[in-house]
Amino acid sequence: MIGGLFIYNHKGEVLISRVYRDDIGRNAVDAFRVNVIHARQQVRSPVNNIARTSFFHVKRSNIWLAAVTKQNVNAAMVFEFLYKMCDVMTAYFGKISEENIKNNFVLIYELLDEILDFGYPQNSETGALKTFITQQGIKSAHHTKEEQSQITSQVTGQIGWRREGIKYRRNELFLDVLESVNLLMSPQGQVLSAHVSGRVVMKSYLSGMPECKFGMNDKIVIDKQGKGGGTDEAGKSTGKQSIAIDDCTFHQCVRLSKFDSERSISFIPPDGEYELMRYRTTKDIILPFRVIPLVREVGRTKLEVKVVIKSNFKPSLLAQKIEVRIPTPLNTSGVQVICMKGKAKYKASENAIVWKIKRMAGMKESQISAEIELLPTNDKKKWARPPISMNFEVPFAPSGLKVRYLKVFEPKLNYSDHDVIKWVRYIGRSGIYETRC
Amino acid sequence: MPAVSKGDGMRGLAVFISDIRNCKSKEAEIKRINKELANIRSKFKGDKALDGYSKKKYVCKLLFIFLLGHDIDFGHMEAVNLLSSNKYTEKQIGYLFISVLVNSNSELIRLINNAIKNDLSSRNPTFMCLALHCIANVGSREMAEAFAGEIPRILVAGDTMDSVKQSAALCLLRLYKTCPDLVLMGEWTSRVVHLLNDQHMGVVTAAISLITCLSQKNPDEFKTCVSLAVSRLSRIVSSASTDLQDYTYYFVPAPWLSCKLLRLLQCYPPPEDGAVKGRLVECLETILNKAQEPPKSKKVQHSNAKNAILFEAIALIIHYDSEPNLLVRACNQLGQFLQHRETNLRYLALESMCTLASSEFSHEAVKTHIETVINALKTERDVSVRQRAADLLYAMCDRSNAKQIVAEMLSYLETADYSIREEMVLKVAILAEKYAVDYSWYVDTILNLIRIAGDYVSEEVWYRVIQIVINRDDVQGYAAKTVFEALQAPACHENMVKVGGYILGEFGNLIAGDPRSSPLVQFNLLHSKFHLCSVPTRALLLSAYIKFINLFPETKSTIQEVLRCDSQIRNSDVELQQRAVEYLKLSSIASTDVLATVLEEMPPFPERESSILAKLKKKKGPGAVSVNELEDAKREGGELNGGGERADTSAMAASNASTPSPSADLLGLRPAPAVGSAPPSTGSLLVDVFSEGSAAPSAGVNDDGFLRDLEQPPETSDTLLAEGPGDSDSAPPPAVSEEPAPPLPEAEELLNKFVCKNNGVLFENQLLQIGIKSEYRQNLGRMYLFYGNKTSVQFVSFSTTVSCPGELPTQLNLQTKTVEPLIEGGAQVQQVVNIECLTDFVDAPLLNIKFRYGGALQNLTLKLPVTINKFFQPTEMLSQEFFQRWKQLSQPQQEAQKIFKAGHGIDTEVVKAKLLGLGTALLENVDPNPENFVCAGVIQTKAQQVGCLLRLEPNAQAQPGEQMYRLTLRSSKDTVSKRLCELLSEQF
Repeated sequence: MIGGLFIYNHKGEVLISRVYRDDIGRNAVDAFRVNVIHARQQVRSPVNNIARTSFFHVKRSNIWLAAVTKQNVNAAMVFEFLYKMCDVMTAYFGKISEENIKNNFVLIYELLDEILDFGYPQNSETGALKTFITQQGIKSAHHTKEEQSQITSQVTGQIGWRREGIKYRRNELFLDVLESVNLLMSPQGQVLSAHVSGRVVMKSYLSGMPECKFGMNDKIVIDKQGKGGGTDEAGKSTGKQSIAIDDCTFHQCVRLSKFDSERSISFIPPDGEYELMRYRTTKDIILPFRVIPLVREVGRTKLEVKVVIKSNFKPSLLAQKIEVRIPTPLNTSGVQVICMKGKAKYKASENAIVWKIKRMAGMKESQISAEIELLPTNDKKKWARPPISMNFEVPFAPSGLKVRYLKVFEPKLNYSDHDVIKWVRYIGRSGIYETRC
Repeated sequence: MPAVSKGDGMRGLAVFISDIRNCKSKEAEIKRINKELANIRSKFKGDKALDGYSKKKYVCKLLFIFLLGHDIDFGHMEAVNLLSSNKYTEKQIGYLFISVLVNSNSELIRLINNAIKNDLSSRNPTFMCLALHCIANVGSREMAEAFAGEIPRILVAGDTMDSVKQSAALCLLRLYKTCPDLVLMGEWTSRVVHLLNDQHMGVVTAAISLITCLSQKNPDEFKTCVSLAVSRLSRIVSSASTDLQDYTYYFVPAPWLSCKLLRLLQCYPPPEDGAVKGRLVECLETILNKAQEPPKSKKVQHSNAKNAILFEAIALIIHYDSEPNLLVRACNQLGQFLQHRETNLRYLALESMCTLASSEFSHEAVKTHIETVINALKTERDVSVRQRAADLLYAMCDRSNAKQIVAEMLSYLETADYSIREEMVLKVAILAEKYAVDYSWYVDTILNLIRIAGDYVSEEVWYRVIQIVINRDDVQGYAAKTVFEALQAPACHENMVKVGGYILGEFGNLIAGDPRSSPLVQFNLLHSKFHLCSVPTRALLLSAYIKFINLFPETKSTIQEVLRCDSQIRNSDVELQQRAVEYLKLSSIASTDVLATVLEEMPPFPERESSILAKLKKKKGPGAVSVNELEDAKREGGELNGGGERADTSAMAASNASTPSPSADLLGLRPAPAVGSAPPSTGSLLVDVFSEGSAAPSAGVNDDGFLRDLEQPPETSDTLLAEGPGDSDSAPPPAVSEEPAPPLPEAEELLNKFVCKNNGVLFENQLLQIGIKSEYRQNLGRMYLFYGNKTSVQFVSFSTTVSCPGELPTQLNLQTKTVEPLIEGGAQVQQVVNIECLTDFVDAPLLNIKFRYGGALQNLTLKLPVTINKFFQPTEMLSQEFFQRWKQLSQPQQEAQKIFKAGHGIDTEVVKAKLLGLGTALLENVDPNPENFVCAGVIQTKAQQVGCLLRLEPNAQAQPGEQMYRLTLRSSKDTVSKRLCELLSEQF
């Protein structure tokens, strides 16, 4: 089990140090600093074993979070806990920065006491935590005495993530499908690897203890229905319309037994914002952009680069925040750029040309050309030609996922599925979206 | 150095550096550097030429970035350009960049060398210095190649400035250190030596470093420097502190130079010239005197400088080792430092004393400080000083104070620092052995040692105790008693158990009379420790138990009970299991006589160098043991152990062998080296038992077989053992006959292989390979047989017999030596057969081989490839002579003829080679038909010589497969003709 948890700033100074077990001494703090943060060579492994003590760390901007143990623990569990810990802290005080941590150290210690007990992870549900850990920014005003008295029965009960007796005048829920698409493409346009990792994030404001059922165009479900029903409609909806999900994980509120047997996603949602599921697909991905690079070396001192990007989605949709990053050789001494659309600039500090376009409709194309002057060096090493990378945001799901329905049943209270106002939004972002040149 | 002018501040550089210092994270730093690099690249690329100032600034930035750990792959050209600038600062930065960044293989090296050459030949001393510094900083082979000839010239040139001379001397030193082969002093030698007379002290100081280094390589060429150095030294030493203005450091005149001079003198033996020597001694005395004077300053630098010279002088005195006066004085002055406040001084004093202790003149003087040193050992805070104190105690130890020193060291050992414990233990062990007056003291000391610091007692130490106890009758009883008492402690170290097990196993009987240490008590005491010990120790204890059975028959049942229990006889460790099984059987089957023979007391060990000394030698450690001490120790060790044998000089190598190996042979079950050469494997245990035991009447053939079964690998030994006792009553197993087997069916064929060749493999199967090498001269021959064991298991009872069937004994005389009865897995043994041919013969002698492989008797018989043609003597003759003799041997019985099919087709060269291999002379141009082969030879036997002519006629024109030979042989003896014809017809 986790023996202790330390938070360091980028210099390796300890901001938070919480030891849960006696087998972790004070010197463990220094061991991590010396061997990982200040290591001569950058330490890339997130798990390090120093003097028979294991250190699991994650880094958030300049902050290091390290969980320490002497025992043989499940590393996946530790990392899941660390991520949860980050989520909780973000929910409480926003960005994880040195400043914020210093300002909220009392809160953090209180949280650490609550979510880890003798090294065993406890309830880390933000919603539940916020009902009884109320520091600074979190207002406890709207919690009545009565509500607070329910905390114990809630967190120890079967449905730890939702308390009873929630009432809203307007029953409303928001559903976001957030996806990030990753791609590696050869210069000739051959897809070397591509996958989408997506999340379904919900914000629900529903009264009582509603039972929800979520449906999407999962291939297995649709095939099953197609077989069972045999109607024309079901037959149509198979094929291109359904997607194959490689793997998925759910929020704890989802009934896994039901998912296993019927592949239906049914749950009693927590109140407020939460992540319903996470999934990954690798087949039939819609690639929103195609990058066509053209690099020509003119002698030893000049390089000509031309990059064309083509948007590949419905013309009615608009992509936003497009940024193309073209790496330049290390001996670049000057760059001239011409682009038809957006703005392009040579950023010496990053050794790249950065081309930004605010928005772009589907089925369009745009082009940039640059002349790069080089300084002859006595180094025989050839330029490695790192790939051209791209960032963007599109209003559809590149995996093809569609929400088919989200049904809400609340048997006790008097509102039906139709009374609930539902909002669905799709956002596709770029992950690592690279094209070799 | 010229003053830095105002415009040289390089503000851009300062801004850049402060930017980097202010970076919050590594990423930010990298970004800033990338930006700066891009800026510099665009500046360098720019078409308009940069002025010197900006070039310098950018090169400086690049250098800074490089020193931060980033790669720099441009800017070299700009740096080289800076070299040709006339401004000091620009040139300096250029040289700095180049000495840090330029690698030898770049094409710029020519430009750089050129710039350096220009600067060297300029008359500007600062530029020359910069160039020299650059050469020294780079210090590569290329630099040496380019400038090794130039620098000595600058060094000795009359018009060179002093500062340049200093740089040149140091630069040359650096080049000499990188590639001594390129720096050839030759003609410059004497002029370099005379730099010692230079008026400028700086030049002398720089030159002396160079001379010291050079003279270490070729002392003879620089011999003249001794007298110069002495006179220089005496001038410095005798000068008043105000004489040397700039070179007086806290009232000490030129301390660095003095130290270097003294160190240079340490490269040479004492000067032979009386005057020089007198002057030097005077100097040294003055130094010693000055050290006694009250300090002129309270500053630590003053005393440091003074002491540095003093220690260097003492080092020189010790090096000369010829002035008793000085040595004793040095010792006394060092004595004062032993209690000095300054830790470093105490350390140095102890270290120097160590070397003084080995000099015969000052040994006594050193001994007077014993109390102080012991005190230092006990109270000193710094562990390294304590270590030196221990070294010194060791060095000053002799017969008179050994007891005291050993006692002190032992008592210190209890609290000693872990890092020096092992060495301390070794030293105590050596001193105890070296200066032991009576052995009970020695045994006590070592047992104490094991008690106090058992973990640090290496194997060698306790081996040595056992060696000494075994070799000395008078201590055995005492040792047994002491060990017995020591073992009674509730917790005792494993090494103690080892010593206890061994000694009680050998000499337990000597204390068995006392009811308090009756055999059973001894056994129970040992066995109470058994379960806490590691496997090797347990194995040793098992051996001790079997010895107990021999020493005290009354314990037999108890011990058998112990051996029989599952934790022994089924132990998961193979060694323990094997011992338990073997010992149990040995104790239940062998008679008391056999037991007494097998488990006899260990014979004395052959006297060799102490294994402990060898170990200490291996350890480093300044002043730990000097060579003459070792000799000393060896001599005294020899006396001590009363062995008449001399320790041989190669004892170092043998020392490992001298220590009983910890595994099988501890109790000497293996015959002692005196008895016979012991095979090195542990598995040999019981074979030896047998070979000794067979002499005893009770050991019959079956026991023999049974015991051999034992040395099967343990997994099979179980089943074999199960049937062993049953078999022992019945007749020998019928399956394997002890009679020599009949010759193998293929023996004849094997024989034919060797008619025309002398060397090769005679026989081979899965187990055995027999190789042959033979040579014949006249009627004598010698044959080497090589028996190779192809398996990984040893062959036992390996025996061979060569016999001559029929009437062969009258025709052939064979003599062989018996071979080793044991062939290790993978090993090969050799046997020699001497052959004498008495008269012509037909049959081949038989070779019978018997051995046991894995318990099964192997028996095979082969024909030895000795045929009559081996004794051929070739005879050259001409055609006419040949046909004349051919006709002489025309009687029908003298001729033998055979027509036979060619076995492999007719190849002239092959046939020729075979005929030559036969031993005859092949006669060319004799037969009218060139295709025919004609040979002649004389067979040499003791009784007579038989002339022999041969003709082989092939019909080469015939179809392949139809080809035939006609072989005709004529000799003066009909049997010979026939036999040769038979042999030869098989060959083609």
